Amino acid sequence: MNIKGKTSSRRLSRREMLAGSAGLSFAFALGAPSLFGEGDALAQAAGRLNAYVSIAKDGTITIMSPALEMGQGVNTSLPLIIAEELDADWAKVKVVQAPINAVYNHPILQQQLVVGSLTTRGYWIPCRTAAAQARRVLLDAAAERWKVPVEELTTEPSAVVHAASKRWMSYGEVAGFAKVPEKMPEIKPDQLKPAKDFRLIGKDVPRPDVVDKSSGKPLYAMDVQVPGMVYGTLARAPVRGSGPTSFNADELKKLPGIIDAVAFDNGVGIIGNSVEAVFAARGRLKAQWRDAPGAKVDSTANLHEYLAHVRDPARKGVVGRTTGDANAAIAGAAKVHDSEFTTDYVYHAQMEPHVCVASVTANGVEVWTGTQWATKAVAEAARAAGTTPDKVTLHQMQMGGSFGRNIFVDYVIDAVNLSKAAGKPVKMIQNRADDVMNGRFRPMYAQRIEVGLDAGGKVVGWRHRIASDTVVPYIYDQKRMEAQKGVDHIVFAGADVPHYDVPAHVADHIYEERGVRTGAWRGIGAGATNFAIEVVIDELARLAGQDPLAYRVALLKDPRARRVVETAARMADWTRKREGTALGVSFGKLGLPPIGFALVGTVAEVSLDRGSGRIRCHNIWCAADVGLPVQPGNVVAQLEGSLIFALGSALKERITIKDGLVEQSNFDDYEIMRLSETPQIHVEVIRSGDIPLPVGELGMPGVVPAVSNAVFALTGRRLRNAPFTPNRVKAALA
Amino acid sequence: MAVTAFVINGQKASVDVAPDTPLLWIVREHLKLAGTKFGCGTGLCGACTVHVDGRAARSCQVTASQVAGKRVTTIEGLSPKADHPLQRAWVAEQVPQCGYCQSGQIMQAADLLARNKKPTRAQIVEHMDGNLCRCGTYPRIVRAIERAAGGA
Repeated sequence: MNIKGKTSSRRLSRREMLAGSAGLSFAFALGAPSLFGEGDALAQAAGRLNAYVSIAKDGTITIMSPALEMGQGVNTSLPLIIAEELDADWAKVKVVQAPINAVYNHPILQQQLVVGSLTTRGYWIPCRTAAAQARRVLLDAAAERWKVPVEELTTEPSAVVHAASKRWMSYGEVAGFAKVPEKMPEIKPDQLKPAKDFRLIGKDVPRPDVVDKSSGKPLYAMDVQVPGMVYGTLARAPVRGSGPTSFNADELKKLPGIIDAVAFDNGVGIIGNSVEAVFAARGRLKAQWRDAPGAKVDSTANLHEYLAHVRDPARKGVVGRTTGDANAAIAGAAKVHDSEFTTDYVYHAQMEPHVCVASVTANGVEVWTGTQWATKAVAEAARAAGTTPDKVTLHQMQMGGSFGRNIFVDYVIDAVNLSKAAGKPVKMIQNRADDVMNGRFRPMYAQRIEVGLDAGGKVVGWRHRIASDTVVPYIYDQKRMEAQKGVDHIVFAGADVPHYDVPAHVADHIYEERGVRTGAWRGIGAGATNFAIEVVIDELARLAGQDPLAYRVALLKDPRARRVVETAARMADWTRKREGTALGVSFGKLGLPPIGFALVGTVAEVSLDRGSGRIRCHNIWCAADVGLPVQPGNVVAQLEGSLIFALGSALKERITIKDGLVEQSNFDDYEIMRLSETPQIHVEVIRSGDIPLPVGELGMPGVVPAVSNAVFALTGRRLRNAPFTPNRVKAALA
Repeated sequence: MAVTAFVINGQKASVDVAPDTPLLWIVREHLKLAGTKFGCGTGLCGACTVHVDGRAARSCQVTASQVAGKRVTTIEGLSPKADHPLQRAWVAEQVPQCGYCQSGQIMQAADLLARNKKPTRAQIVEHMDGNLCRCGTYPRIVRAIERAAGGA
């Protein structure tokens, strides 16, 4: 088995697909599950056909992976799901990155877009249905050949079996004579393989990309070279919406190896014969930038303003989440508990800086890059080149990390602009400092939570106020924001409390439009909102004189939620006394009601050096209910990774902005977690059903509050401002 | 520009570049050995780690003039068939996620095992601490090095 790293978005006709495979090729139109109320998607998709599965006469089964790989394992999980339902021998499966074509769109999102840990969940039923149709075609063909009723046939891995006559035929043989019918056989949901019969799903198969990634194979956009290409970089304006008014073009153009230096609306492009020449010239760029709203941003001062806004009852935000009448409940409460939290901007810090190779010619555009939103990358490349999307070929490369950053396709547009200017293919690379400055940060948050308690201490109402930058207008557009009635779901993520026994709840969002470049960062809003919620739960427990674990479990009305918290606590041996360390616990969730929530219980063990203010996290225990773990080993890997990622945002990661300029520029002043700081991670995966729930960001919601709660258990002091840098810790202890 | 001659993965190579050109770009872009990755450009992340005369070095911090006459090994030259004990261990432990930093991780680890066949966990952590992994594969990196050192 191997994986092909790149393919084109050229539309292949169905006949081309069939002719090319020397066997059978199956084309499908994936329908949206009716669960999402988008039933017409099936009708829309019916006109588009392309090959998902091809079976060659030698038995090789080629499966297109329609999603985009950034390390999360979707190029394994989706083909595995198809192979399961097809009853394919996994050893004979070859995975190919699918072209960029609407037929491979995510069934819910209706784009080739990988976000929200929704990939496996979204393709789950449509991919299985399609594969079951393909299997049925093989069965029908074998039945006709053997002159037996199809009901008497079964399959075993990559073979059709007629038990009564002890006959057996490989899929490769069947592919030699079978024909794909004009209309594929109908498969109803109850005809799909029952979960108890799964051979591949729920077991661990090795990821096909791991061998190549352990041997330095050129899988990434950074590794692409095309004939005749030159190098380029685009020094973005420091502030969103700004651009150069003038720059030292003459000086730069005289530098060795430099071909051109060009002003664009959003920055200065430098084109040269080598990366080293281009980067050296970048270092000597002197530009004046036009004014933009973000040019005076001071994040420290702004955070105080955000806090003032959540404290001000007269300042109304957009209500994004509400159950019952929380305001009335709090007004009538016997006691109101309130507390405040802040979280700083954070940067994706994907290891591969932004890079894209673009070639603009009279015939169209060719682009080599890694993107989370291929559909948009094609559209924007076309727009930048002044052509139409059908003239764009996108070679989707593996992403060297992304974590939400590559939902934006700004670097694709930059590369296309540079290629247009150069009249040649250009490999556009941003240096790390530009990648940081041009980051798309998780918004800065100030939050205030007020909880109304009755005379007996029972929670009667919960008001959650958020002041933060917005995200949806920049990832999508203002139209989408309006269609959502101003509810920024990325900011609000995690701000509801459906698993707790809270009868009335409201969350509102005060927009802070400061001109800062914002985006979706792994875990989106939940990394901030769940910090506030789960520290408040801890405070309520202390207020009630109860153990935070016992209080949490009692307040959680959802049995799955109780189970993850109780499991994590058991793993951590919660009641054991410790010397010099303490435990903190949290509950977390990832998902949306129509999709289902994956749940996570997290316990962190910390110690503290009071002199330096440095927190050390020794252990994280995590119990994760992911519904059906398609690849349990990869679920563990994703949790390990996202727990460590989240710990960085608890302890270190912080972007600050002064006079509109991002103050950090590389891994020395934007520190991510190192091996020596990594705790022992213990993960238990809970299977609670037959549907795969979101996984890739599941470690994010629980860590920050668990660390804060652990520090409280250790010191009696609350950490309310993330990250918990040494200076902040010392201030809290003082 | 000046011609710099050195040995890469056992073969003679010469490139005509400015003397201060980082080895990283010589390897990746001039010699088209793309397994060595660009991450930070300032010696802070370890993604560009190669061996120079048998010792791990950040190729973004080594210039053409410094490498003249030396032996350079990249991930492509670590083993004939990508079967170095570390590479086998990397697969067995399913270490990579995005994979981008892993060439550098493996080259850094190979330097350790070349000089210390049975490192303790503390020695592994100390030796590998400068190699960043944003996907958080650190627990598996440690396990894979221990596996390779154990001869598994």
